[in-house]
Amino acid sequence: MKLELRNSVEVNVEILVCVRRVPDTSENEIELNSAGNDIERDELVYSINEADNYAVEEALQIVARVGGNVTVATVGGEDDEEVLRREMAMGANHGVMISDEAFSGSDGKGIATILKAFVQKGHYDLILTGVQAEDGGAQVGGMLAALLDYPFASLVNSIEVLEGKKLKVSREIAGGNKEMNEIDLPCVLSIQTGINEPRYVGMRGIRQVAAIPIPTFSASDLGLGANAVGETAAKVKRVDYFTPSLGKGAEILRGSREENIDKVLELVAAKGGLK
Amino acid sequence: MARIFAYIVHKGGVVDDSAFELAAAARKIDAAASPTAILTGWGADLDAACKTLGASYPEIWKIANEALTYPNAELVRKALVKVLPSGGIVLVPHEHFGIDLAPGLSIKMNSAFVSDVLDIVGVEGANLKVVRQEFGGQVSAHVRCDISSGAVVTIRPGAFKAVEITPGGGLVVDKSPDVGTLAAGRRYLETVVAEAGDVDITKYNVLVSIGRGIQEKDNVAIAQELADALGAAVSCSRPVVDAKWMEKSRQVGSSGKTVKPKVYLACGISGSFQHLAGIRGSPFLIAINKNPKAPIFQVADVGIVDDILEFLPELTNKVREMRSVA
Repeated sequence: MKLELRNSVEVNVEILVCVRRVPDTSENEIELNSAGNDIERDELVYSINEADNYAVEEALQIVARVGGNVTVATVGGEDDEEVLRREMAMGANHGVMISDEAFSGSDGKGIATILKAFVQKGHYDLILTGVQAEDGGAQVGGMLAALLDYPFASLVNSIEVLEGKKLKVSREIAGGNKEMNEIDLPCVLSIQTGINEPRYVGMRGIRQVAAIPIPTFSASDLGLGANAVGETAAKVKRVDYFTPSLGKGAEILRGSREENIDKVLELVAAKGGLK
Repeated sequence: MARIFAYIVHKGGVVDDSAFELAAAARKIDAAASPTAILTGWGADLDAACKTLGASYPEIWKIANEALTYPNAELVRKALVKVLPSGGIVLVPHEHFGIDLAPGLSIKMNSAFVSDVLDIVGVEGANLKVVRQEFGGQVSAHVRCDISSGAVVTIRPGAFKAVEITPGGGLVVDKSPDVGTLAAGRRYLETVVAEAGDVDITKYNVLVSIGRGIQEKDNVAIAQELADALGAAVSCSRPVVDAKWMEKSRQVGSSGKTVKPKVYLACGISGSFQHLAGIRGSPFLIAINKNPKAPIFQVADVGIVDDILEFLPELTNKVREMRSVA
């Protein structure tokens, strides 16, 4: 039997995946705090940003096919270490914390500037981000690529490693169609959800990586001046949160389940849905 | 006030609806704005697209270059950087092309970037104040963006009502000579058209559409049983496809199918704008979701706060009962 490999190239790709810890919208009802200047964070369940998790899985699958290493990095604080551990338990070789008081209040460009400085400390062939964070703007990957003068592709939903320091990637475009591109390494890709099936991580896996040291890089480690990043450099700032009011809203049925079911059937029939 | 540019997405000589929505957004930034349309492309298609913009744009900048026949964002960015003056405000639609182009463009223009804007409050001093959504539309935020060195702003499709500004405008200015030769480290190869699935969800009057709330693959059967009883089809939102519980051909949304049923039962669907973009023709929308904060309740006609895993089987039983009586 002939084994079908998606990739027969052995190239050793050094991959950096930029990840973030965010409130999990599938687990939480997001509400405003009493001051209205932030969401109520006390009871929130946090997890790895969903698209970032797909990006890590994709990196692991690429390395399994062609060789290499996967490093996961996050710009954050102590609380964010848990997502690095989680991704290390999935199989990432290294975790890196990029953390400094001076980074707080950074806008998208600030985060991209911090990541650029980190990337230039090492040698990465491929840099992956999730396509968008739950509270983000689908921006850091494209900005990082532009700052590094690397080629970029967004909404990537398949990656094949080619000979000659190149990838073949598809982008998800309208109607479920795929735009196929060839892209030179090093490059930055933003990964769309659904590109793969991220492996399960149990508590046991996380315990196994609990003792692995996670190096921390500060602003001075990265040669970043206080004016380049953080609050002072940020051109974009969130002023406040508020509850959206789009349209008139649904008429909420407040009867018993049985009454609601009868009402739904009546409406479906009235709208021509029951023949 | 900074000069405002709108990047026009077009295909086959026809401009995208977003072209007119960007003109509306420009007027919300500055009521007196004479926004400039900017188009890249090649040949007769580009010229045809330029001709259709006269009602909304007094001036149209055309960049014709054979390398831009297909809009590879890496090449388009390089062309725009050569043509756009610094300090301008550049509006781009927030879809698969804009997401590819805009963040890097803001870096190369050394200007601020704000994405997926739903509304514009106005200009306050050096700042543009806009409205965005976060956490899948569960909350909105006001965002302030310093536009003193220009800005790139992506605009959510459908968020602004198209306007006509200057009938009889539409002076086409050819900026092609400023661009020169274009090359990038990313090359477009081809477009692969989505495979047709086993069921064509665009052909049904009633859709039982499921989202993350269905929780696991085995539960898809609950929706299928209801659909069978109703003579409907099961469609879904993105998380269901991402989790490989249903085929991509069942997905409703901007990256899936566009459907026009009479009745749309949104079951455990939060209601992201990408999903809603795939529902056309104003069907009667019934939303069932256990999260009372789910954005789907803002757009549905009727809403029920309940667990679909319990509600749907009981609904199915009731439909079967009715059928057997009739």
